[in-house]
Amino acid sequence: MLGMSANSVSYNEQGSVESGVDAAQENSSIPGSFSSDLKEMLESNKESLKLEAMKRIVGLIAKGKNASELFPAVVKNVASKNIELKKLVYVYLVRYAEEQQDLALLSISTFQRALKDPNQLIRASALRVLSSIRVPIIVPIMMLAIKEAATDLSPYVRKTAAHAIQKLYSLDPDQKEHLIEVIEKLLKDKSTLVAGSVVMAFEEVCPDRIDLIHKNYRKLCNLLVDVEEWGQVVIIHMLTRYARTQFVSPWREDAMFDENNEKAFYDSEEERKVEQTKPYIMDPDHRLLLRNTKPLLQSRNTAVVMAVSQLYWHLAPKHELSIITKSLVRLLRSHREVQYVVLQNIATMSIQRKGMFEPFMKSFYVRSTDATHIKTLKLEILTNLANEANISTILREFQTYVKSQDKAFAAATIQAIGRCATNISEVTDTCLNGLVLLLSNRDETVVAESVVVIKKLLQTQPSQHSDIIKHMAKLFDNITVPMARASILWLMGEYCEHVPKIAPDVLRKMAKTFTNEEDIVKLQIVNLAAKLYLTNSKQTKLLTQYILNLGKYDQNYDIRDRTRFIRQLIVPNEKSGALSKYARRILMAPKPAPVLQSAFKDRDRFQLGTLSHTLNSQASGYLELSDWPAVAPDQSVRNVEVVKEAGAPALRKSKTAKSNEKFYSDSEEEEEEEEEGSSSEGSSSSSSEESVSESESEENSDDSNKSSSSQSEKSSSESDSEKKKKTLKNKKLQQQKPDILIITYLPPQIMQKTLLLIIMTKYILIHIVLSISTQFFVNCMCSLLHLCVFLACQFDVVSWHVHVSLQASSPVFVPETSHELLHRMTGKGLSAQYRFTRQPCIYGNSMVSLQLTLSNSSDQALENIHISEKSSTGQNIHRFNAIERLEPQASVTVSMGVDFNDSTQAANFQLCTKEDEFSVSIQPAVGELLLPITMSEADFTKEQGKLMGMNESSATITMTPENVSSQSVNRKVVSVANIGVIPSSQENIYRFAGKTVSSGSLVLVSVALKDPDAVITINTEKTVIGSMLLRQFKTALTNSCP
Amino acid sequence: MIHSLFLINNAGDLFLEKHWKSVISRSVCDYFFEAREKAVEPDNVPPVIRTPHHYLINIYREKIFFVSVIQTEVPPLFVIEFLHRVAETFQDYFGECSESTIKDNVVIVYELLEEMLDNGFPLATESNILKELIRPPTILRSMVNTITGSSNVGETLPTGQLSTIPWRRAGVKYTNNEAYFDVVEEIDAILDKSGTTVFAEIQGVIDACVKLSGMPDLTLSFMNPRLLDDVSFHPCVRYKRWESERVISFVPPDGNFQLMSYHISAQNLVAIPVYVKQNISFFETGSSGRLDITVGPKQTMGKTVEGLVVTVHMPKVVLSANLNATQGTYNYDPVTKILVWDIGKLNPQKLPNLKGSLSLQSGAPKPEENPSLNIDLKIQQLAISGLKVNRLDMYGEKYKPFKGVKYVTKAGKFQVRT
Repeated sequence: MLGMSANSVSYNEQGSVESGVDAAQENSSIPGSFSSDLKEMLESNKESLKLEAMKRIVGLIAKGKNASELFPAVVKNVASKNIELKKLVYVYLVRYAEEQQDLALLSISTFQRALKDPNQLIRASALRVLSSIRVPIIVPIMMLAIKEAATDLSPYVRKTAAHAIQKLYSLDPDQKEHLIEVIEKLLKDKSTLVAGSVVMAFEEVCPDRIDLIHKNYRKLCNLLVDVEEWGQVVIIHMLTRYARTQFVSPWREDAMFDENNEKAFYDSEEERKVEQTKPYIMDPDHRLLLRNTKPLLQSRNTAVVMAVSQLYWHLAPKHELSIITKSLVRLLRSHREVQYVVLQNIATMSIQRKGMFEPFMKSFYVRSTDATHIKTLKLEILTNLANEANISTILREFQTYVKSQDKAFAAATIQAIGRCATNISEVTDTCLNGLVLLLSNRDETVVAESVVVIKKLLQTQPSQHSDIIKHMAKLFDNITVPMARASILWLMGEYCEHVPKIAPDVLRKMAKTFTNEEDIVKLQIVNLAAKLYLTNSKQTKLLTQYILNLGKYDQNYDIRDRTRFIRQLIVPNEKSGALSKYARRILMAPKPAPVLQSAFKDRDRFQLGTLSHTLNSQASGYLELSDWPAVAPDQSVRNVEVVKEAGAPALRKSKTAKSNEKFYSDSEEEEEEEEEGSSSEGSSSSSSEESVSESESEENSDDSNKSSSSQSEKSSSESDSEKKKKTLKNKKLQQQKPDILIITYLPPQIMQKTLLLIIMTKYILIHIVLSISTQFFVNCMCSLLHLCVFLACQFDVVSWHVHVSLQASSPVFVPETSHELLHRMTGKGLSAQYRFTRQPCIYGNSMVSLQLTLSNSSDQALENIHISEKSSTGQNIHRFNAIERLEPQASVTVSMGVDFNDSTQAANFQLCTKEDEFSVSIQPAVGELLLPITMSEADFTKEQGKLMGMNESSATITMTPENVSSQSVNRKVVSVANIGVIPSSQENIYRFAGKTVSSGSLVLVSVALKDPDAVITINTEKTVIGSMLLRQFKTALTNSCP
Repeated sequence: MIHSLFLINNAGDLFLEKHWKSVISRSVCDYFFEAREKAVEPDNVPPVIRTPHHYLINIYREKIFFVSVIQTEVPPLFVIEFLHRVAETFQDYFGECSESTIKDNVVIVYELLEEMLDNGFPLATESNILKELIRPPTILRSMVNTITGSSNVGETLPTGQLSTIPWRRAGVKYTNNEAYFDVVEEIDAILDKSGTTVFAEIQGVIDACVKLSGMPDLTLSFMNPRLLDDVSFHPCVRYKRWESERVISFVPPDGNFQLMSYHISAQNLVAIPVYVKQNISFFETGSSGRLDITVGPKQTMGKTVEGLVVTVHMPKVVLSANLNATQGTYNYDPVTKILVWDIGKLNPQKLPNLKGSLSLQSGAPKPEENPSLNIDLKIQQLAISGLKVNRLDMYGEKYKPFKGVKYVTKAGKFQVRT
């Protein structure tokens, strides 16, 4: 592939260097000469050279070499026309973006542009790469892109959006709430392409939000067959979990059925009737799931078959279970790894339900070519399947296995025989005899394993088998495996009373070889000695003492300890206390026989088919399968009312950032100044950024809007006075800007992000008005500058206006007063109050943000509180999410946005509950239709100069004395209207600036005090607003109330 | 889901890595190497390995370990199936899936892996779609590419992925419209020493090569569909029609694909085509042994058995074999201890025989168990189960396609215990 470069010189060099690289350590970075070669190639004009360079770089990445230093050179090619080159750059970008965040940002705009491409596949691939770049700064962009893609007309793009959800979630888990909304929307999607991916996202982000599934349950069941195979697996697993929470157990029926059968023989009729009072009827939805998954057992994809099998195992009535058997057995024909997993699952199943697999017993016969772990699993299953009827067949099969060359497997077979022997008492003797025969086997592991298993078997019925013990004692000399020797010695000691003649003799032999034995054997020798001392001290006293002496000086401390303990216990002397009296009872206590059971006994605590089941330990992210509910939850939740699906709205206006979090201002200075307890809540930074970019994109679409569409933002840390100082630093590079974006006093980080957002969204024309404070100037300038530079090379036409001006915006004052929307009497218990938050609305930048407090003063819970779809006055209203349930005496606060269109006309709409509808209206005060902005005094005067004549309205009032102070004037004005205070150099003139929410028209207010009179001047294009404001200011300032 | 993929060869060299989420250091493979060492044989490496922070799911194919790194709960079969799909795709693209072909085509491999998974979740695994996205390399194309600098990435974007039948691309055109079906049956059997069948079943697949223009809708029916015990289908097959009418109705993918696989386990139906008379013995003294194997026809339905090969995994102590074959050639590899006797065509008149002595390592105890024999064979124009295709109908297109069905029987896991 790499061969035949056009540039033969560089190729030769590369060849020699590459071999050097091969020899080098992994992850070493590439040698300098090589990398500069590549850089050169990447910077050349020839497409083919670039491509060649990229291919080599991808080769390096594949080998795990570090090629990150080429990042700047590579990223330049991100907008290449050559598809292959572009794809390779994507590969590179996704690999290194995380390490080179700053540089990676340079590529973002390309993707953003591609997101709007008419070709769906280009949109999808742009979203794919954009969301794969793990750079936290672009989280808001990703969020926006995902939301947009989720409503795309192309299902393929929506599928990509579903994938991107997971990526964003892992990058920034704080986005969870927003992502859940997108998931909720995508779950409603009817495309089979999307279903699998969105369920995957659901499983990753919010697997506990089972309520989101209800409405989509039937649709998912019906789509399932047509979903692509990987999606099927995910959906089936999710539906398994869902079904276990929503349906009652179908197994009850079986249990009851059996019971009745038995009872029928001897119980009275009446009692049976009682039992049968509640016959089990399967929920039709439960049945639907079982019916629709069944054909998938025929899938060629083993994972799908396994998924359906586990679904049946966990959900189907027991008598329907048998249909999965054949399919599972079919999977055994597949690859070794598939066999491994399937056999594990069968092993678990076969413990509980032998009958399922018994007819297929022969499919589990072992071949000599199977891998060892496959063999042991098959053995496990065969053992599980063994019963009185088939045991002879199985034992015959086992006999061939015992002879296997694979000794580990032979040993496992012996254990299996032992298990069969304990489980099926009829064959215990046969097995025991067979095992005894194996004792003369040539292979040591076989003999040793047999001894160990025989030991276990004998423990169950020792008295009848003294001849076996004798036999083993005879074999003892030939057995060298320590575990086996130890087992025989233990048997001798334990049953020394059955073999009174042999045991002392064995001890005698052991005394001779004690020093050469392995540790476990030595321990058993000490044990044997102790036991014989207690039962037959005449013959063994001296031997025991000899052995104890040997043990006392052994190298191993375990043995020394044991020796010391035994000596104290059995040899009576003056020091030994009461314990030695009980020595016999301690040492010779009857020991319970070991229970030989399957290693898969407790595996069924895990859902079948999962990684946790395979590992037999809980893997991270494992979702517990809940128990069946005792009573079925409401079935009607799955009912879907037939709603006309509004065609995927492509308009960005319909975008829904339904934040449940309230969008408060988190201004501390407010609290200081106003002494109000306005609670500060987080998350304002991310949402406000969203609105910035929103507004920007709005501007893109509507460039005729020349007036300042401004956003106001604020920091939570800096006080007003500080702001003023900071705004002194300003530069004006160019004045004739069509758009002004006003960003002020953001912490540097957010500032940076915001800038990026703006730059990215507006890649053709960039007009930015910056307010840059000295403090973070440096911080953001670096990234800003290289963005500028990059953009300059990236785009042909870049008009770069950096208008560094002073703009400030944050509500100076947020009134706490709320207005009644719905009285509890008229609302049949539901009451609603609203208040203006004076924040930029997150739902749309022409909306006024409102906060609604709904309380339930009735004694019943109210359900499904929402705003009806139709708004009678035609205002654009962003509704709050329907509240599913409001308990009595509870209240909930939601936020909504209304576009009043810069008029004080009331917004009328219907507030609905499940039963009722109430017409309500919101009448905004004119001051609420504004948003504050900040500018320099000079700018103020200049702007004021432009808005003279008709646009100016003024009035002279007589001030009440207590209103004369600057503080009180300020307070009065800002409480009436949501406008910002402009620093003033003149003592008696107060200036305020704001803009209307919808159209963004400037509203300038100045109050000039001329004791005792005051002149209020309002300059704005919106003359109606101007005159209304003026009236309100007049009353406010003449009113003596504080 | 799937976080990263590492390809490791038999010698333990990691020669390719790909990450779909953030990069995971390749040191995570140390746990795999540890398991690999413990397992001795590559086949014995456990497919699922747990490490402190990750889970490694691996498959072993064509002497390559595909090791994937997982971080959270995922159905292991999901990953295993996917990894096999990756290996199959490589095979499909490069003719074989080996370390050298992967290394030679590393860029295409990378492009493929990029398309197959998004964020660890399978995106496009259908070979038809992939081939539209990334063209498979041919000698001619790579020559042309080098000269003209054109690429092997499709300029047009695939249409199949967007349609409801993602496996077929639109606008297929052939001058000769043909549809061929190969019914391939494999006999899995275990015979015991005396030649009686311990276990036997038939695994069948129907491979198709469909080169039809447009959007043909095919229906394949059998003379004896009841024979089929258990079936699994390519996603293109409509389950419902099979359930109700026992016919296979489908819109085929373009080119080669496996239409269905089936399973016949009723033992009386399984004919065993050959018998094996064998006598392998090791002597207690003299460290030698004897081997005598004769193969003869049993139930061949009048057809000739071809490609007959007997493979014996000898015990470790067998040093060499001095044998004499009446037909075919034999070869004993003293390193792997595998004896391969390649017989070829089975002549019923003159049965092939392999006879001679084995020399064992001196001093070592004689092997406990006799090695079992693995038989490989092939019978043309016969489906041993008796399955017969009845007819193939085409709807939706007007032209007359050329149709053909071929039957082959092979030995699958056919083992004779001795």
